[in-house]
Amino acid sequence: MADSTHCVKHIESFVDSSSTPAQQAASVNAIAALVKNDLITLESLVREMELYLTTTDSFLRARGTHLLAELLACLASKPLETETILSLIGFFTERLVDWKALHGALIGCLSLLRRKGNVGIVSGSKALAVAQSFLQNVQVQSLRQSDRKLCFELLRCLLERYPDDVVHLEDVLIPGICESIDGEKDPECLMLAFQIVEVLVHLFPDPTGPLASYATDLFENLSCYFPIHFTHPKGEDIDLKQVELSRTLMMAFASTPLFEPFSIPLLLEKLSSSLPLAKVESLKYLSYCSDKYGAARMAKHVKVMWSALKDIIYTSPESVLSLESELVDGMSFQESHTVTEALVLLQKVIYQNSNLLLDLIVSDEDIKRTVDDIHQLREYNDINLQSKQRLHAVGCILYLSAKASIGSCNRVFEGFFPRLVHALGISLENSDAPLSSPCNFGATYLCVELLAGCRALVVGTEGNTSTNVLAQEAWCNMLCSYGTSLTKIFSFALVAGQDGSTQNAYLHYGVKGLQILATFPGNFYPLSKSVYESILLKLISVVTMNFKDALLWKLALKALVEIGSFVDKFKDTEKARSFDAIVVDRIASLMLSDDLTMPSQLKLELISSIGTTGLSCMQKILQGLESSLSASLSGVYVNGDPELLGIATSLLECYSCKVLPWFDSIGGHEEVQFHFALNIWDQIENNMSFCISSQEQKLLPAAMTAMQYAVGRCLVESQKVIVDKAFSMLSSTTFTPVKDLMNETTPVKVEGFKSNDDLDCFSCRDKWIISLFASVVVALRPQAHITNVKVILQLFLTTQLYGHLPSAQALGSIINKLPVKVENMDASKVFSLEEAMDMIFNSRVWILCNEGPTKCPVAGNNNEIGFRNSVLLQSHAIDGLAWIGKGLLMRGHEKVKDVVVTLLSCILSDHDQGLLSIMRSAADAFHILISDSEACLNKRLHATMRPLYKQRLFSIVLPVILSLISKADSSIQRAMLYRAFANVVCGTPLSAILSEAKKLIPILVDSLSVLSEDILHKDIVYSILLVLSGVLTDKKRSEVVVENAHIIIRRLIALVSYPHMMVIRETAIQCLTAMSELPHARIYPMRTQVLLSISKTLDDPKRAVRQEAVKCRQAWASFA
Amino acid sequence: MVSGLINANPIVYEKKERRPRTGPVDLEDEDIKDPEHPYSLEDLKVITEDAIEVDDKRSYVRVTFTPTVEHCSMATVIGLCLRVKLMRSLPSRYKVDIRVAPGTHATEAAVNKQLNDKERVAAALENPNLVDMVDDCLAPSFE
Repeated sequence: MADSTHCVKHIESFVDSSSTPAQQAASVNAIAALVKNDLITLESLVREMELYLTTTDSFLRARGTHLLAELLACLASKPLETETILSLIGFFTERLVDWKALHGALIGCLSLLRRKGNVGIVSGSKALAVAQSFLQNVQVQSLRQSDRKLCFELLRCLLERYPDDVVHLEDVLIPGICESIDGEKDPECLMLAFQIVEVLVHLFPDPTGPLASYATDLFENLSCYFPIHFTHPKGEDIDLKQVELSRTLMMAFASTPLFEPFSIPLLLEKLSSSLPLAKVESLKYLSYCSDKYGAARMAKHVKVMWSALKDIIYTSPESVLSLESELVDGMSFQESHTVTEALVLLQKVIYQNSNLLLDLIVSDEDIKRTVDDIHQLREYNDINLQSKQRLHAVGCILYLSAKASIGSCNRVFEGFFPRLVHALGISLENSDAPLSSPCNFGATYLCVELLAGCRALVVGTEGNTSTNVLAQEAWCNMLCSYGTSLTKIFSFALVAGQDGSTQNAYLHYGVKGLQILATFPGNFYPLSKSVYESILLKLISVVTMNFKDALLWKLALKALVEIGSFVDKFKDTEKARSFDAIVVDRIASLMLSDDLTMPSQLKLELISSIGTTGLSCMQKILQGLESSLSASLSGVYVNGDPELLGIATSLLECYSCKVLPWFDSIGGHEEVQFHFALNIWDQIENNMSFCISSQEQKLLPAAMTAMQYAVGRCLVESQKVIVDKAFSMLSSTTFTPVKDLMNETTPVKVEGFKSNDDLDCFSCRDKWIISLFASVVVALRPQAHITNVKVILQLFLTTQLYGHLPSAQALGSIINKLPVKVENMDASKVFSLEEAMDMIFNSRVWILCNEGPTKCPVAGNNNEIGFRNSVLLQSHAIDGLAWIGKGLLMRGHEKVKDVVVTLLSCILSDHDQGLLSIMRSAADAFHILISDSEACLNKRLHATMRPLYKQRLFSIVLPVILSLISKADSSIQRAMLYRAFANVVCGTPLSAILSEAKKLIPILVDSLSVLSEDILHKDIVYSILLVLSGVLTDKKRSEVVVENAHIIIRRLIALVSYPHMMVIRETAIQCLTAMSELPHARIYPMRTQVLLSISKTLDDPKRAVRQEAVKCRQAWASFA
Repeated sequence: MVSGLINANPIVYEKKERRPRTGPVDLEDEDIKDPEHPYSLEDLKVITEDAIEVDDKRSYVRVTFTPTVEHCSMATVIGLCLRVKLMRSLPSRYKVDIRVAPGTHATEAAVNKQLNDKERVAAALENPNLVDMVDDCLAPSFE
């Protein structure tokens, strides 16, 4: 049989002592494939292998067994007959005796035991036999790591898959496992061992059963690993994390309550360890174990635990008072990891053994002393750090115990609340008595913490307990009776705090207290409605009157926002009504009021923050905003009122930065955006005459941004409506060319207008309409087809020649989004991209770019002014073309090449000196082409974007520009070509540049030398230098750098004394420092030159440069 | 060389907050490592900011340092480190004067003479062992 000889060959190659692991794996796979395809049966294979399995040569026998075992592992999913499995498992069970072939035997047993039910499994009795043989014959700890791991895996597999069978082995099983784990040190094996213990314990759930007698031994084996701590943190290839291992050990610890007598004392003892890790770990373990062991067993440890925890919380040296947050938060400590864990544990214990622990807390001497001595902690500034720490600790404990349960809340309240209230100077009788002195800080702090705890308790039990039950509780009654006075105290803290900035802590806790009192959830409310409303009134008065105190204002606003979102979240109608009446209405009307004492910036911040608390709130506020926006805008249009101008600007900014994005974030409210956009157009429609001075620079951009944002978020249908509306407005302009365009009866005569074109000849209203129309167009979605594309294109082509940038951007945007082919529509109505391109290539923009201004018809072409105007005209045309090109480039259209060629020809055209500005704008057009723009053609404004479009431009432009540079004859042309090249290179992603590094480096260096001659190019020089430094620091391309080291260094030396820009000098020196790491043989010849030039820069006027120079000098001086 | 450390147990001081820079010339000798200990000279108060005089107009720098113990044989090495550091950090127009603070060293005059003798400094820098040692001390100051 051909297959059997084939097979024998593979077997021989496996057992061959010289074969590598890879070869072995290959032969196993080959044989497994044969068996899987039934070309050879497993029985006949075993017969073939007989010699290898039974020989007395232990090496061959081990290899043979290994091969068979590996094969079985490969065949895990192939159905096998019961007899086959029987005989195989019998064989491997027997082989467990043979320690020389043990590796194979273990793998074999394991792969057989792991088989799934539907492909034939090992029977229970056989598994038992495996376990017996294993426990009898295998000395786990004498094996090497890989075998030990297999042993543990085998044990785990037996325990998990055959629990009912191995359970009979109890007398040998548990001691056997103990013995095999004893002394294990490898993390991977330990992981398995811990899991084994966990499974094992679950096999014997009976607390009086066989496990009880072995619990001591078993735990002893585990306990020596606590806390898990890797002594060799960067072990060879252990990918096991300390955290995982520690977690597994924790599960093993907590697996049975039988471990409790041993584990809890151990963990408590480790709490006093000096190793922070041990502390944190013990706290974690204690939290976890106390859950598993149950309250009854833990009860006897509560006392010890409390004292240990108290020590940690009270005296943890890592608790550092952070000064920075102190300014904001009053008193806050940066909690260390230990303290956090301790607090978690404390909470667990309070839940579990509430009464026991509360007895301890209430009678605790330290807490008692702190509370009794609280009258000493009157002034925040007088409290020393230690007392602050203690106060903080007590605050934490009170918070947690109040939060835990109703019972504990009652006890804590009864224990401490009266004393605190007394310290605050409140008594039930004279709740109306006026407060004179500032209230006690310590008591305020503790009160607030206690209240915070109650609130958390009520929020937590919301829905479970009926509120009537809660209202009967003792703490609730106490809170009710003191509610009014507490509110008063907290409100008073706000006033008391105002006299100096050092009182920030009072402010903080006053506001926090009010906030807590106002946010008890649902219909449960210990305080009357009037109290709630008085709190709101207090806060709102702070927010509207006390805006000079920035911190208080911020805190109060934050509290109001919290209360508002809380009311909104819990759907509390009664409270929502009060909130609406007191806060929202007041604030919504704020903008309309003529009260100018409050700065409008603050007003807007207030309004928009309150608005974010809920939808209904925002809608109400939106009305206020809207009416004030229309009022201020129309005021601006009609009177040009400078005060209203500022308000309108900040209103628009508020819309585009806060209100509209908020609606966007909650989703589904695009009608707001739609309405806003229409509103602005309506405003313009209603005001035929504009009185804004043309010097005003801020309002229009703000309006355009808001318009862009609003339109960009609208859906296609609404966008169409807005465009139509805006388009209809265009016909009302007074500007002649536009009027001609709109009036379709007269032929379009774009070519003939005068040459002294300037933006000033727009009337103000026209400028607004055209600019806003441009921003609508920029934000359109590609699906929103505009009906009058042709006219709109003409319009923008005309207006952009006046130097109107938004028009140019709108052009690019239209070109970017026009459909290529028109489907399912009447072709005569819809304009396609091809037609648009034809139109552009016939337009004046294109002609101007291609032929130069001299050949254009220029009115009054007799003097210098005419010439200058025509130059200006052409550079506007070039800008427009650049944006059109950007639109084309981003959608991946072929015509972008034509644009590039035209732009390059503008650079090259044979002009004299006067036309420098044209060449320069042509060179800078490449910057427009390749850089990202915020104003248009980005993802937010729905641009069509092909991936890697920048790389495409780079690969189109690079060869053309390189050949042009070599041909250029005048120095100006060359400089401008280099400028264009630099613009492209700086915009291209570094990875694309690196792949071309070999070609690019010489040109980069050349461009540096050409461009650094003129101060005009300093920014671009800096950008090139940054690209160069990116190439220099890339390790993979260093051979290219090495090749060009000399020219690079020579250029850098020249730039080191570049007089016009400090960062250029600095970066050049940094590049030189980086160059010093190149192979010495290559750079040594340059060393003297570099040192000489660097020693001059040591005297540089700028410190940063000198510092870099010192580093660089050291680097170059020290390698010789 | 002496076996064992000369000052086995130095006092480490806290670094002083640097005063804001005003002059055009700044000295960079923060963080020169002590030849014996892993501390910087400033940590050990061998050098303090007050002990450095700079006169930018006359291009003159004078550094006065205080060895940790009176018989410190490392004083010359420290001085050499200071000189090399200044040589590498300052423009060549400067004249650098380095001195041991009066009354803090047993052989004050000799050390001063040695440190400010151009020939002897140059000769010292020809000695590969010394240069290695100096470079070692200066290494962290350039990071």
